[in-house]
Amino acid sequence: MQAAETYNDHVVRLFLLASAVWGIIGMLVGMYAAAELAWPALNFGIPWLTFSRIRPDHTFGVIFAFGGSALMGTCYYVVQRTGHTRLALGRVASFTFWGWQLACVLAMATMPFGITQSKEYAEPEWFVDILVAIVWVAFGSVFFATLARRRIRHIYVANWYYGAFIIAVGLLHIVNNLAIPVSLWKSYPIYSGAVDAMVQWWYGHNAVAFFLTAGFLGMMYYFVPRQAQQPLWSYRFSIVNFWALISVYMWAGSHHLMYTALPDWVQSVGMAFSLILLMPSWGSAANGLLTFNGSWARLKTDPAAKFMVLALVFYAAATFEGSMMAIKTVNSLSHYTDWTIAHVHSGSLGWVAMITIGSLYAMAPRALGQPAMYSRKGMEVHFWLHLSGTLLYVIAMWWAGVTEGVMWRATSADGSLTYSFLDSLIAVKPLYALRWLGGVLIWLGMWVMAWNLWYTAADARAHLITPIPVPIPEPDVDQIPAPLPAQG
Amino acid sequence: MARGYKYFEAIEKHAGLLAVLTAIMVSIGGLAEITPMFMEANKVQPAAGVLPYDALRLAGRDIYVREGCYLCHSQMIRALRFETQRYGHYSVASESVYDRPFQWGSKRTGPDLARVGGKYSDVWQRLHLQDPRKVVPDSNMPGYPWLEKTPLDAADIQARMRVLRMLGDPYVDADIAGAPAALAGKNELDALVAYLQGLGVKNEPAAAAAPAGDGGTP
Repeated sequence: MQAAETYNDHVVRLFLLASAVWGIIGMLVGMYAAAELAWPALNFGIPWLTFSRIRPDHTFGVIFAFGGSALMGTCYYVVQRTGHTRLALGRVASFTFWGWQLACVLAMATMPFGITQSKEYAEPEWFVDILVAIVWVAFGSVFFATLARRRIRHIYVANWYYGAFIIAVGLLHIVNNLAIPVSLWKSYPIYSGAVDAMVQWWYGHNAVAFFLTAGFLGMMYYFVPRQAQQPLWSYRFSIVNFWALISVYMWAGSHHLMYTALPDWVQSVGMAFSLILLMPSWGSAANGLLTFNGSWARLKTDPAAKFMVLALVFYAAATFEGSMMAIKTVNSLSHYTDWTIAHVHSGSLGWVAMITIGSLYAMAPRALGQPAMYSRKGMEVHFWLHLSGTLLYVIAMWWAGVTEGVMWRATSADGSLTYSFLDSLIAVKPLYALRWLGGVLIWLGMWVMAWNLWYTAADARAHLITPIPVPIPEPDVDQIPAPLPAQG
Repeated sequence: MARGYKYFEAIEKHAGLLAVLTAIMVSIGGLAEITPMFMEANKVQPAAGVLPYDALRLAGRDIYVREGCYLCHSQMIRALRFETQRYGHYSVASESVYDRPFQWGSKRTGPDLARVGGKYSDVWQRLHLQDPRKVVPDSNMPGYPWLEKTPLDAADIQARMRVLRMLGDPYVDADIAGAPAALAGKNELDALVAYLQGLGVKNEPAAAAAPAGDGGTP
C-alpha cells in the first residue's frame, strides 16, 4: 500500500469558520443600517456609524466576506473530491485564505471612514483592489492546478461553474476598478459619466451573475446530488445551461440603466438578453429540483436538503422576477424603489444564503470528521428563523417598492403629480421597521448556525482530526496528460 | 449520446480548453456593449455650460462621493413624464462627462438630485445637512454635523485636479493655481453646498421643451 495522499481540509475548515464569522458581522451591519432607515436617530451624528457610510460594509461583508469565504472553501472541497486528488499548491492555498481575510478586514475597516470609490459593490479603494486581484489570481492558480492533477478525467459540472466564476470575477474586478490614485485614500476612475455607468453596471450585474450565481451554482451542482443521494437529474441539460448562462449573463447589465442617458440600443439589448436569461436560470433550478425526485422524503429528516430545495425555489422565483423587472415598462415602475431591494434580498437571502447554509451543513461534518452536525434541532430552528425572516423582509420591501413606484407616478385629474416625494417616504416607513424585524430573525438564525458549528468542530478544536485519505482510482490508460502518481 | 457530444466531451476533459472557451464566452457580451460606448464617448461633448468642477465644487463633489450619498439619492432623471414633471428635464449623457465616478445611483430613499441646484436656499441646505429633521420633520436622512467642523485642504484638492487633468479634464494651470484662494477659509459644508447648488444649473439641454415618453402603463 502506498503512503496515503490525504485531502487538504485544513484550509476548507478555515474558510468555513471565516464564513460563519463574516455572516454574523455582515448581517449585523445590515440590521443596523436597516434600523437607521426606520429610526434615523440611530445615526447619532457619528460619521462611521452613519447609514451612507456603513451600507457598503453590509454589502461587502455579506457578498465578498461571507459569500466569498463560503465559495472559496466549498470550491477547494469540491475540486478535491471530484478530482480524487489533494489540493495543489498548499502554501498558495493558505495564502488565499489569509490574503482574502486581510482584504476583507481592510475593506470593512476603511469604508466607514469614507475611504471609498462610491461605485456600488466595488467600493473599496485601489490598495484593497490590488490585494483582491493578487489573491484572486492565486485562487485561480490553486483551482486550475488542482484540476490539472485530477485523477478523474472528466471534469465534473460543479467545477465548470467554479472555473467560470473565477475567470469572470477576475476580469470584472480588474476592468471596473481601473483608476489613478491621488493619494493612499483616494483615486479617480479612468472612466467618466455614461461610460463609467456602463462599465460599473456591467460589473455590478455580473458580480451578481458570476459571484452570486455561477459560484453558488457550482456549490449546488455538487452538494444537491450529494444530499439527495442521487445523480444529477440531467447531465446533458447542465451542459446547455452552463454555456447559455455564462454567455447570456454578460449582455444583460444595461437593464440597470433603463430610461437613463445610456444609448437606447444598449438598453434594448440588455432587456432582450435579460428575458433570454430566464431559460438557463430556470434550467439550472429545474435540474437541481428534479434531482430530488424520488428522495423528497429526505426533506423530512434532513434540514440541509430543506435549505437546498428552498434555495432552488427562491432562485427560480428571483430570476423570474429579475427578467420581468428588466422589461422596460415594469422597470419604469420598479427602478429606484425598494422593489429592487426586495429582489436583491430574495436572491441573496433566499438563493445565495440558503444554498450556502445547506452546503455548509452538508460539508461541515465531513470536513470536521463527524458523522453529522452536532444538533439537528439547531438546523431546524435555523431553517425556520431564516425562512420566516426572509419572507418578512422580502414582502415588506415588495410592498414598499410598489407603493413608492405607484405614488411617484400618480397624476391628478389636472395633470399635476398627486404626491410629494416625502408622502412616499412616510407611507413606507412602517415597512422599514418590519424589514428590520425580518433581518433580526435571519441574524439570530446565523447565531444558531455558529453555535451548531462550534460544537460540531469540537474534535477540530482539540486537534483530534485525522486527515481523510484520497481514494485513488484505477489509472485511466488513455489519459493525457497522465495522472500524477499517488504521493505521500 | 448524440454524435455532437464528442466535441463537448473534449472540452470537459481538458481544463485548459474549458478555461479558454469560458473566458471567450464571458467576454463577448461585455465587448459588444462597452466597445461602442467607448467609441461613442469620444464623440460626446460636454453640454453647453458644463465645465470641469471648480476647486470648491470639486471638493464638494468628493465629499458627496465620500459620504456615500449615491446610496439614497440618484442623479439621473429618467425620460419619463412623471419624472420630468417632478425633477425637470431628463438627464443627458453630455451632462456627466466630468463625473468620476458617475453618481447616477440606483435607489431613491430620498429624491433625485440631478437638478437640485438653486431649488432651495443656501441656508436651507446648510440646516438640512446638519440636521435634516430641523427643516423636514419626517425625513429619515442622517445628519452630517461633522462637515462644518472640517476645513478643506487646498494642497489635496490641487493634487486631485492634477490627476483629473491627467485623465483628460481640461483644467488650465490658472485653475489649479487659484485653488488655495478659492478654498481659503471654507469648510466641507461650504464645499458640499456649493456642489449641490451647482447641480443641473446652467446645463439644462437646449431642447428642454422636448416631450418625454410616459413609459407606458404597467
